[in-house]
Amino acid sequence: MDEGLRSELSKQGVFTTTLQELSNWSRRNSMWPLNFGLACCAIEMIAASMARFDIARFGAEVFRPSPRQADLMIVAGTVTKKMAPLVVRLYNQMPEPKYVIAMGACAISGGPFKQGYNVLKGIDRYLPVDIHIPGCPPRPEALLHGLIELQKKIAAQPLTGEERPRHLRTDAPGEFPVPAYGPYDLQPPHNPDLWRPPVVVRGQPA
Amino acid sequence: MSARELAERLRRRFGDLISEPAEFRGEITVTLADAERVAEVCDFARTELGFDLLLDLTSVDRYGEEPRWELVYELYGLGHHQHLRLKTRVSEDKSELPTVTGVWRTADWHEREVYDMMGIRFRGHPDLRRILMWEGYPYFPLRKDFPLAGRASAVPGVAFSEPAPLEGGPFVTAPGGRDAIEREPRARTAEE
Repeated sequence: MDEGLRSELSKQGVFTTTLQELSNWSRRNSMWPLNFGLACCAIEMIAASMARFDIARFGAEVFRPSPRQADLMIVAGTVTKKMAPLVVRLYNQMPEPKYVIAMGACAISGGPFKQGYNVLKGIDRYLPVDIHIPGCPPRPEALLHGLIELQKKIAAQPLTGEERPRHLRTDAPGEFPVPAYGPYDLQPPHNPDLWRPPVVVRGQPA
Repeated sequence: MSARELAERLRRRFGDLISEPAEFRGEITVTLADAERVAEVCDFARTELGFDLLLDLTSVDRYGEEPRWELVYELYGLGHHQHLRLKTRVSEDKSELPTVTGVWRTADWHEREVYDMMGIRFRGHPDLRRILMWEGYPYFPLRKDFPLAGRASAVPGVAFSEPAPLEGGPFVTAPGGRDAIEREPRARTAEE
């Protein structure tokens, strides 16, 4: 609809919208996070949900204990190799549309435990992460900022066409393979469809 | 009753099995000569001496010494508020000693952790499985001879991802260095 006409109609008390805007507006303002935390980032997530920071202002206060009722997975904390298959399985059990926030250095890259023997070097090796929130741990404000950025991302999603999100595509995977415990590491060590080792060229600056 | 007196009572009961109580910064440590009798000694300490709380059960890898493993039991009495440390040694060939889960139930997970990280088995334990690593993991990671050389990661060439960091690790300190750079190297290679 023409913006000028729309503005004129709103002055006359007629509210117009599109199905896409209405759908995205309702979806982004009632994100239900999955109620789970893995390490100290979870403490900040809990703080964000309490009265001082009040994640309810952004419609995401309904922490659900069941993945079947959740839209948003906040990976808050260190993902150990023993825990990683369970996190992926929880993600697979969530209904579409679903989103992932990697909160904190550990969930993004392994953080201070990156060189250790038992920590997954980033949950984006197995899950499609929408928002990365840096910090060790991030402040509750940072989590709220990440949530708002995710809301902006949802608001911009078209319902039709080539650019439509994954949950509206029939050819996109609905769930992701759960890694198995191998003798030394998880098998496979990363999901090749989602994540590839970045190519790094050292030496002369470009 | 002080911890030293309680240790002396333990000595009177078990004789030469228990070493002279050693005091360091107000804490009393006794050493048990025969690890096979640790459950018996602990049972006596709990029932007769009032040490009703096992604060901690942990192990030390005295790599290069014989016997290699050192088990440390931290005992505490909620009635008399006294703390006693009991140490015993186990050889690497044996790597086995009796469980104390029959004395304190809380020893269950402590012993599982020692088994997981150090590979020392506890005879008679009700459920001796790995607790932190998954079943089938081939190493005992807290042993001093854990493969520190590491393996190439999925991102070779990128910072923090070369095989080097586990060789000494970022948090390993080398005492005696002149400055912090020598004492706490970010990564030491296996040759050093």
